[in-house]
This record gives sequence, C-alpha cells and structure tokens, in this order.
Amino acid sequence: MRTKKYLGRAFIYLMLALIYLPILVLIVYSFTATKTIGGEWSGFTFSLYAQVFSDSEMMGAVGNSLIVALTSSLLATVIGTLAAVGIYYTRTKWYKMLLNVTSQVTMVNADIVTGVSFMMLFLVFGMIPKGYLTLIISHTMITVPYVIMNVMPRLSQLNPNLYEAGLDLGAGPVRTFLTVLLPQLIPSMISGFALAFTLSLDDFVVTKFVNGDVSTISTYLYNKIAKKGVMPELRALSTLIFVAILAVLVAVNVSAYRRRKKSAKL
Amino acid sequence: MNNELKQSGEIVRTKSDKIVEVKNVTKVFDGITVVDDVNLSIRRGEFITLLGPSGCGKTTLLRMIAGFETPTSGKIFLEHRDVTSLPPHKRSINTVFQKYALFPHLNVFKNIAFGLKLKKLPNGFKTDKRGEFVLDRSGEKIELTRKFTKDEIEEKVKRALKLVGLEAYGHRDVTSLSGGQQQRVAIARALVCEPKVLLLDEPLGALDLKMRKDMQIELKDMHKNLGITFIYVTHDQEEALTMSDNVVVINSGAIQQYGSPKKIYDEPSNAFVADFIGESNILSGVMKSDFNVNFCGTDFKCLDKGFEKNEKVDLVIRPEDIGISAGGKGQLAGTVTQSIFKGTYYEMNVDAGEYEFTVQNTTEFKAGSSVRLTVNPDGIHIMKKLLTANEYKTELDGENSVKIGGGSFEFVNSEGLEKGDKVTARIDFDKVELTDDESDGTVGGNVVQTLYKGSYYQVQVYTDDDDYIYVDTADEWDLNDRVGILIKPEHIFVARREEETDDESVSDEGGVLSAEEETAATVDSDKEEAKEIES
Repeated sequence: MRTKKYLGRAFIYLMLALIYLPILVLIVYSFTATKTIGGEWSGFTFSLYAQVFSDSEMMGAVGNSLIVALTSSLLATVIGTLAAVGIYYTRTKWYKMLLNVTSQVTMVNADIVTGVSFMMLFLVFGMIPKGYLTLIISHTMITVPYVIMNVMPRLSQLNPNLYEAGLDLGAGPVRTFLTVLLPQLIPSMISGFALAFTLSLDDFVVTKFVNGDVSTISTYLYNKIAKKGVMPELRALSTLIFVAILAVLVAVNVSAYRRRKKSAKL
Repeated sequence: MNNELKQSGEIVRTKSDKIVEVKNVTKVFDGITVVDDVNLSIRRGEFITLLGPSGCGKTTLLRMIAGFETPTSGKIFLEHRDVTSLPPHKRSINTVFQKYALFPHLNVFKNIAFGLKLKKLPNGFKTDKRGEFVLDRSGEKIELTRKFTKDEIEEKVKRALKLVGLEAYGHRDVTSLSGGQQQRVAIARALVCEPKVLLLDEPLGALDLKMRKDMQIELKDMHKNLGITFIYVTHDQEEALTMSDNVVVINSGAIQQYGSPKKIYDEPSNAFVADFIGESNILSGVMKSDFNVNFCGTDFKCLDKGFEKNEKVDLVIRPEDIGISAGGKGQLAGTVTQSIFKGTYYEMNVDAGEYEFTVQNTTEFKAGSSVRLTVNPDGIHIMKKLLTANEYKTELDGENSVKIGGGSFEFVNSEGLEKGDKVTARIDFDKVELTDDESDGTVGGNVVQTLYKGSYYQVQVYTDDDDYIYVDTADEWDLNDRVGILIKPEHIFVARREEETDDESVSDEGGVLSAEEETAATVDSDKEEAKEIES
C-alpha cells in the first residue's frame, strides 16, 4: 500500500519537474552572462537584468504590452460581464444557445484565422490605422469569451430570484444590476480580468497581424530572435514575464482562498 | 409597528373593495398554455391562497400579479388601475420568495433597509420664494417627494425585526442565519415597505414541519394585525385550509374552484378538487331523481338536485362521513381489507362489491371482518361529471382513419366519409388502452393526472400534440409516465361535423374538449354562491 502511495507521489513530482524544469533552467541562467544556456557558468551576475532595463527598445515593447493588456482586459471585463448577464437572462431557449455559441467562437477559433480576419477587417475599414487602437480592439475581442466563461458559472449559482427581489423592492433594472447583481459577480470578474490580462500579455499570433509599428513583448522577441538568434538578455526578460504572471496568478488565488475562508467562517 | 402600518395603509374593509383583479389572463410559454383564461378578484385585506399541484400555473399567476411576467392576453388591475404592463418596481406589491432571495452581500439590517432607501414619500408641493404654489403647464400643483431619513429607516427596520422576532440580528450576515431565520428576514424585508399586497410564493416550503407549523400561525397573526392583503401560493392543502379566508384551487392553468376552506372541503365542485383536498372516496353514480342517487347498485338519499334524470355524476364521500358497524341495517355490506392506526382514529379499507372505500372511525374493525357501511344524505356530495367521453373535433386523414392526438387511428363506420372530411370522433373512457412501451401505442403521451374512483383509475394523458385523452383503467399508472395509446377501430365513433355554426361546448382549436367550458361555468356559479353566502 505504502509503496503505491510513494510511487504516485513520485509520478506527480516527475511530471511537475518536466513542466517546470525548462523554466527553472532559464531562470538560473538569467543570473549569469554566458552566451548560451548549458554553456559554461561564468559567475553570478545581474548584468543581463541591467541590460534589459537599459535597452530602451525592449522597455518600450514591455510598456506597450502593459498598456494594451491593461486597457483591453479592463474593456473585456466590462463587456464580458454585461454579455454574460445578458445571455444568462435571455428567455428564448434557441436564442440563448445561439448567443452562447457565438460568444465562444474566438476562444476555439485558430488564432491565425482570428488574426487574419482582424487584419482584413481593419483593411476594409481603412481609416483605422494599425497600432494601439487595433491592438486593443482585437485583444479585447479575443479575451471577452474568457470573462464570460468566468462570470457565467457564478450567475448560475446565484439565487434565481435575486434580480427580481431587487425589482420587487422598488429598484429599477439598472440600479438592481449595480447594487444587487454586480456585488455577487465581482470575484469572478476579477479572475476573468486576470485571465484576460495574461492572455493579452503573451498573445503573439493575432498581435503580429494587427500591431503595425507598435511592438509588444512577443513581437519584439520574435523579431530579435529572427535576426540575431537568442540573445542572453532575453533570458532575463523571460524570467521577469514569468514572475510577473506568476504573481498575478498567486494574488488571484490567494484572494479567492481568503474569501472562501471568510464565508466558511460565517 | 402594527398601528403605524395600519394608519399608513389606510385599510378600509368593505365587501366590494377589490384590490387585485385578474381579468381573462392567459399565459403561454413556448407554445404551452400555463395559465388559461383566469378570472379572479381579491378583496382588500383578504388572505387568499392559490392552491394546486406543482406545474398547475399558480406561481405563474402570482408572478404576473407581481409584474415579473406579462400576460400573453388579459389584464391585471391593482386598485382599479391597469397594471398589466407596469414593471414590478413601480407596483406597491412586495414578494416573499420561496428561496428567500436575500442579498448575500448585505447584512440583515441592510437587507431590510434596501426597499426603504428607495422609497419616495410625498412631501408637499413646490412653492416659490413667496410661499405660493408653483403650477405646471396644466395648472396642477407640482408634487414634491423626499426619501426616508437615516433615523426613520433605522426605526422602521428595528420595528420590522421585532415583528419577526429577530431584534438582536441586525448586524448578522444573512448567510450565517438558519433557513427559518432567513425566511423571517425575507418577510420583514417585504413588510417594511408597507405594500398594499403581499405575495408569498410557497414561503414555508423549505422549512421543516415543526418550523412550518409555527410560521403558519405567525403569518396568520401578522395578516390579522397588519391588515395587508396576502396572496399565498402553496401546494399543501392543509396549509391552505388552515391559513386562508378563501382558497382558489387551480389545475392545468384553470381555476377549478373558488371559495372558503370549508366550502371547498365540504362541497368540492369536481372530482379533481375532491381528490386534491383531503382524503376522499370518489365514485361514479347515476342521479335517479332529485335527492336520489344510485351507486354500488344501491339507492342513496342525498341533498343535491338539479341534475337530469339518469345523468352520470361523480360523487365524493369523505372517509369520516361513512358509518361503520359490525351488523345491523347499514346500506352496504363489505369486508375490511386493511386497518391502520392513525393516532386519533383508525383508517380502514373496506371492500364493498366493486368499490373500495376508505373509512375513518375511532372504533377499529380488524382486517377480514364483515361490516355494514352507512352513508347519511349530508355525507354525499354530488358533482357534475367533467366529461362523459373523449370527444375530438378533427378530420379524416385517410379512407378509414382519423387524426387524434397527433396520430392516425383506424375506425370502422367509414361509409359515406372521405379523406379530409371534418368529423367529430368519440371514444368512451374505458375503451382506450394504455401500453407501457410508448412505441406499442399509436401515439405517445405523458400521464398528467390519475384519480382513483373506487373501482378504477381515471387517467389523464397529455399527448405530444397538445390533446388530452381520458382513460378509465383498472391499472395504476404513475404521474409523468410515458405511455402509448391504443384504441380498437370498433370503439371509435366518427360522425361528420357540419360547418361551424356552433358556439357551444366543443372548443374550436381542432382538439378537445367541452371540459374547460364546463369547469368555467361551475367556477362562475360557485363565485356567485360564495358572494351570496358572504353577504
């Protein structure tokens, strides 16, 4: 019995190691200035990080990524939440199903198809120059389904009469939405926002089609690697991105855990 | 609290003071008629209960009064004002929901204060600097409103909490309360708004028996003290009979009977009501003449008249109205098949010829003993039979086949009839066969109702084509069972139907049945009677 348990444990650790080992190697080698990973350890140094922060082109790309990710995921959270509420309270069955399916299309669609179609759309509406605006529009659209996906289950957990109770007590539809429904949705909106943020941050395929001359982290990396191969300082940049996303993930999970604990105590 | 609510509500109880009127209201969901042409008036200050099995349309009716649903047709009036399309937040009606629907992010106090914070109160009229009234274009004074102050809200919430016995719970989180406490908060939250009508949608359904009994009494007391009109929805007949001034029995979206609890128990208007309210023996009989009915092959005296000679009728005898003795001059002879001790009485099943009676008595007769049964005239209540046979207005879809319930049935007397002819098809209840396997039948359907009529079951089957077929059968069928329907060709009577000149009996929807009209008629006459009795 006991050996079985240990075997099971060992299997899990092996799997986790396989997943995290490459990242771990990357992180370790970001603290040394050697040319290639696996190459000779040339001593512990922050010099790669210094290079990242002094490379104005690279910092510009990071800044662009953050601007696009923040704006688009905020927009996606607002649009996605409203959409989820709208779909959830749709009465006609076939119409509800139709809305449900169409709202998920960009999630299952191949990124390349989505990217090309956005490019063509912006071409047709020629007055929209490729740049921040096109990036924010397309990132918002590809992340909206993930917000809907996060908010919808919460809606179905709510008391079915909650919205009606608000109306019944004299609040209009808008006020009921804001003071009764929204407070119940905030946790799932936050996790939807976090998901949208990380998805926008590391999107490459769609970005590549609509970015114009605005470079984001992913397009910057792609261009650099294509021209010069993997430069040592990219290890430091990748580590930074990994840590940033890990931080967001941990923050969301910790806050969810705290809330659960609080409601369990009551 | 009580006094103040009374003052602000300005309750004046007059007999004809109708607060809620429902006129010809029909509601159709996805092609299914849930509420079917319902008429109902509710007097101010009344405690009225909508009673019926689940899915009968009672909740939908309540939700239309609250404003959560709009009727497909018909109108709803609140204090003589048409509110049919007025949204719920503009109606002075509040609802206690079945699952409480408290706001989980607010504490008890804030939950109750929610409605008060939104309420607008009249606050005199607009005046200019010199203190004269400012008039609008049509020369009317302009009304001003104000909101409750913080102190007023606090005071009102505290009183409401006291009313439901939760004084010390104001700061508590609603999720930390028990079911019964949450229900009390929901009641306080609705009552604190001082509604003209309080709607209660199975409010005690989620509570345990003991708690339910306590809350029944408390609700009844609140109703008495506050004078607010209560409309209460439940499927629990005992709850309805204990609490209400008047009960509305609903089935299949239509009102079956309206009246005081006593009237509904003593004089059910049809077999459905008799079966739904309390224990009962429902039998088929024949009216020999006024005050004389024949069933179980025996003539009985009764108190009912106005039926045709030899008219087939349903009759109900309550188990406590049957006298039972070991011998003597009882009208019926029978054998006890089962006896169960029920606390204050024994419930015995007695086989008397073709019928099985349920009898309640304080004296026990053991199973197997021979007994005589006596029924006094006032223990028999005669009801018009809803239907005597299945009748369909339909057409022939073949040389010798007819369309019924979405299927094609063969029949025999096809002479002189052609495909496409408009006809009436008639099948006696006991000539329809039900099959376990849906595919064995000509058409399939769901069992929606079964009534035990002493010696057989009357089963109502709802076909997929929106028709009802009634079947008299010796077998018991479960509700919602899928069944197949078979009818032998020689049992279908088809007659050519002349072009539409009739405006009576059979409804013109290509389908059934004279049942609805008859029911409606009984309900109307019952209402009249009820009014007479009250005045």
